[in-house]
Amino acid sequence: MNSTAPARLKLDHVTKTFGGVHALTDLSLQVAPGQIVGVIGPNGAGKTTTFNVITGAYRATSGSVLLDGHDVTAEPSHRIARAGIMRTFQNIRLFSDMSVWEHLLVAQPHAGSFARRLLPTRFSNPKAIERAEEVLEFFALGDVRNRLARSLPYGLQRKVEMARAVTARPKLLLLDEPVAGMNHDEAETIRSLMLRLRQDGLSILLIEHDMAFVMNLCDHLYVLDFGVLIAQGRPEEIRLNPAVLDAYLGRAA
Amino acid sequence: MSVYDAGLLSDIGILLLGALSVYIILATGQLSLGNAGFMGIGAYLTSWLTVVAGLPITAALIVAALVSGAIGVAVGFPALRLKGIYLAMATLGFGEMVRSFFQNFSAMGGSEGFHGMHHVSTGYIWTWAAIVLVLIMLIEASPIWLEIRAVRDDETAAGLVGLNPTEIKVGAFGCGAAVAAIAGGLFAHHHVYIEPGNFSFERSIDFVLAVILGGSTVAPGALAGAVILVVLPEYLRFLADWRFAAFGALLIGMLLVRRQGLLDRALLRFAWPRSRA
Repeated sequence: MNSTAPARLKLDHVTKTFGGVHALTDLSLQVAPGQIVGVIGPNGAGKTTTFNVITGAYRATSGSVLLDGHDVTAEPSHRIARAGIMRTFQNIRLFSDMSVWEHLLVAQPHAGSFARRLLPTRFSNPKAIERAEEVLEFFALGDVRNRLARSLPYGLQRKVEMARAVTARPKLLLLDEPVAGMNHDEAETIRSLMLRLRQDGLSILLIEHDMAFVMNLCDHLYVLDFGVLIAQGRPEEIRLNPAVLDAYLGRAA
Repeated sequence: MSVYDAGLLSDIGILLLGALSVYIILATGQLSLGNAGFMGIGAYLTSWLTVVAGLPITAALIVAALVSGAIGVAVGFPALRLKGIYLAMATLGFGEMVRSFFQNFSAMGGSEGFHGMHHVSTGYIWTWAAIVLVLIMLIEASPIWLEIRAVRDDETAAGLVGLNPTEIKVGAFGCGAAVAAIAGGLFAHHHVYIEPGNFSFERSIDFVLAVILGGSTVAPGALAGAVILVVLPEYLRFLADWRFAAFGALLIGMLLVRRQGLLDRALLRFAWPRSRA
């Protein structure tokens, strides 16, 4: 990693406690521009907490979160999102009663002034419409554009959530178990989408339990256990790390 | 049109505005049981502006809407901390606070009420009602409305795609308060006499009922609800003293059979297939 250029995302000694419980202890991690980085660890290791701290859902007890060198630790969620960090959820959170198409429009809140955004969509937001079409095509969701997103099969819902997250052209995409519950072919589709997104310069930080998936995809891995970073490195290094085998891979196998 | 019919029609127009004031706030997932308070503010302020300050009615209504909207925003901020029934209780408290304020505010007649306003026509009331209804229906096709729906549905997820829930919820409160004030101003100039009791809790409940009966997910639902709420009791007159009981039974029946109210998006799409609502 180039140490002179600011990392796209940097967590600097982040600690998060709930009452007396340490959910995260002194966690530091980095994602470089265009990198795909994985966070792995057993259940309760603090992976989702990490995402919640990065996106402003939780405020770090101490330490800081930097996006392109700017401190976003204390910013509210919507500001962090607008600054360029978008996420998906482990348990999919799509808006009920909204079509796929509407999900892609609503995810572009900064397209146009307030007054213009009060006009019917087709007059107010030509650029947003263009962008939504583009994303629809990228994710091959054209056939289901007018379907209610929540009525779609599980795999497609995951895709819609990912599409919603990238519509506003974020700098960093956080994916919380993007292929959980998917079959091999569906997971492959997601993997190739992620690789194509990276080609466009997007950085991706993902949580995933599917080891084969993570090992094949990530440039760098961080391993958490009980809120503490126990290892980091390239996938092939992690595979052989005894602490990791003990804490996670050993138990899982 | 008989005077009686005109009276009913005016009542419908005013109730429609009141219902829309609740509808806008409800669209962001907040239930206000205090909109009669904003209506009262609008009624008293408009009346003072026309009777004492000598402003034309339209100007007075606009001023009252702006003032009430600002109060709505001020009430909306503390309301952000409250959800569900707690918010409903707080708005109820606000409504009662406004009513008792005018009860004791002797400069505007206190419990004696206030009069001297010029009567406005049914047509004038309906011009306002129609403008507000059409405006809201247009906004329902806009990106802002998508944001409102997103915030109502999942505030956290909405925040994480870059929407500002605070802005949207407080803004909706302000707009609802402004519309309620217009309803109040028109009410005052329709009845040419107001007293604090006009803006009690029951009035707030009427607004909410109109929205729930007519359809709480589409703006025309407020229209359907206002018509039902004004006209149905007239048709149930043959039941004499039992008509309110019958009305209550109808309400319960409606909620059991059709929780979203009479009109919803699916029904509107069925009625006007060409408009892709």
